[in-house]
Amino acid sequence: MTLKIAVCVKYVPDATGDRGFADDLTTDREAVDGLLSELDEYGVEQALRIAEEADDAEVTVITVGPDDAKDALRKALSMGADKAVHVNDEDIHGTDVIGTSAILAKALEKTGFDLVVCGMASTDGTMGVLPALLAERLNLPQVTLLSEVSVEDGVVKGRRDGDAASEQLEAPLPAVVSVTDQSGEARYPSFKGIMAAKKKPVEELDLDDLGIDADEVGLGGSWTLVESAAARPARTQGTIVTDEGDGGKQLAAFLSEQKFI
Amino acid sequence: MAEILVLVDHADGAVRKPALELLTLARRLGEPSAVVLGAGEAAASIAAKAGEYGAATVYVADGAEFAEQLVVPKVDALTQIAKDKGVAAVLVTSSGEGKEVAARVALRLGSGLITDAVELEAGENGPVATQSVFAASYQVKSSVSHGVPVITVKPNSAAPEAAPAAGAVEDVAVAFTGNAAKVVSRTARVSTGRPELTESAIVVSGGRGVGAAEGFEVVEKLADSLGAAVGASRAAVDAGWYPHSNQVGQTGKQVSPQLYIAAGISGAIQHRAGMQTSKTIVAVNKDPEAPIFDLVDYGVVGDLFEVLPQLTDEIGAR
Repeated sequence: MTLKIAVCVKYVPDATGDRGFADDLTTDREAVDGLLSELDEYGVEQALRIAEEADDAEVTVITVGPDDAKDALRKALSMGADKAVHVNDEDIHGTDVIGTSAILAKALEKTGFDLVVCGMASTDGTMGVLPALLAERLNLPQVTLLSEVSVEDGVVKGRRDGDAASEQLEAPLPAVVSVTDQSGEARYPSFKGIMAAKKKPVEELDLDDLGIDADEVGLGGSWTLVESAAARPARTQGTIVTDEGDGGKQLAAFLSEQKFI
Repeated sequence: MAEILVLVDHADGAVRKPALELLTLARRLGEPSAVVLGAGEAAASIAAKAGEYGAATVYVADGAEFAEQLVVPKVDALTQIAKDKGVAAVLVTSSGEGKEVAARVALRLGSGLITDAVELEAGENGPVATQSVFAASYQVKSSVSHGVPVITVKPNSAAPEAAPAAGAVEDVAVAFTGNAAKVVSRTARVSTGRPELTESAIVVSGGRGVGAAEGFEVVEKLADSLGAAVGASRAAVDAGWYPHSNQVGQTGKQVSPQLYIAAGISGAIQHRAGMQTSKTIVAVNKDPEAPIFDLVDYGVVGDLFEVLPQLTDEIGAR
């Protein structure tokens, strides 16, 4: 039996760029180049490792996003995923996380899977709730925020390092997993991988294919409303001194003046 | 008055400080009530504390499920109470688990979700949340336009203020839905005796410039002299010098203390995303060109192994 692994990824504006908002208060995707969210590379990596350990496995990478989001899929394919699904529809623009989870859940059901793997959060919205929402919608166990993950005999196991404790988790497949940036360094695509990725299949789906009404998603279907977005005033640089033997004392004087000590 | 439901986070039988902040914020929106889940015998003292901070009612539910299953039992409980009581909003602490619980509750209630609020005010159409986004370069104000608002709030977003209320305990029998991951074992994190990173008023962090695990001793000594929490940059954590639980940055903890001291940290975007909203920022770095100096209120260009011990001694002498 082929172990079918689906990895959900997001195409995001480069976090090192000057990110901002478009006129309709959605994320500006024009001003800054996009790429595969760095945190999703960990999801792709763990999916590939699980696939390598399995007798027979297939890794499908899925995204919801505009035309350029194909770049994120190509990156994942060049890392070693087998095929890709791209949900793309003009009416998706402005969809919030609740709506995105509805679209992804339908796309996952259509594609078929034994295991869904996600990154811990996107680097743009940084909510970190999509995996939990998918588990809720698909009515599956959520095994999330894992810094270690493995699949054996139809059971997914992993370690979740929380604030107060570290927990060992397990759940039978099918299940929804998310992995953190502690789960293991993501591989770089090889030249061979990059060439092979060009020939791998990318299935295109729109909202009709998934049986979703346009008014359930998009800005209009969003259950949250962004009222304003304002650039934070840049911090003004304060005093900079060069240590000439009394740097610690000068710093102490500053902290004292500010009443910290 | 509108009932505002607050999920009270607790550990080792005690209320965690962010829950008191939530109760304080909830009073701006209506009348707070608290939800205490899986606290065992500590439930009574936790409920009393919630009452002290303004909870008129404290819903208490217990059961082995809360410890044995991940996230879902809390979702079951919170959804059930929110529906039965017809509350006006649900507030949860922004932690990894808190956000997951809130998200599933929102979906079950058919509600919009806002995460990581740093400020909360009453608006004409329900609560207005302020978020700090894109590595804290933007401030966004949002509201929920569908259903009962479910909002997670970051620790340190408000100073907890006591406002004694009835704190009447109401026991709740939760109908658990199951289908959760099983928690096979749990290892409590060993306490360092230092304040919790996200809750501390002062944070002292070390980065690549610390050079080795042993190098963190000077960072810890300074932190202890200030009663501060210790943080680390991703570079220091990836190098194995300090635990991941202390990582400050986009993929670690986001902190917003009164005072943040960065030692040997260059200030890459990954790090700035986790500390840029700190009230006062101080940096010590050998490299005068380090981007961290663009953010600071006070910076010292110098060797942290000289500057930090001298500062620690100065503090000790006061």
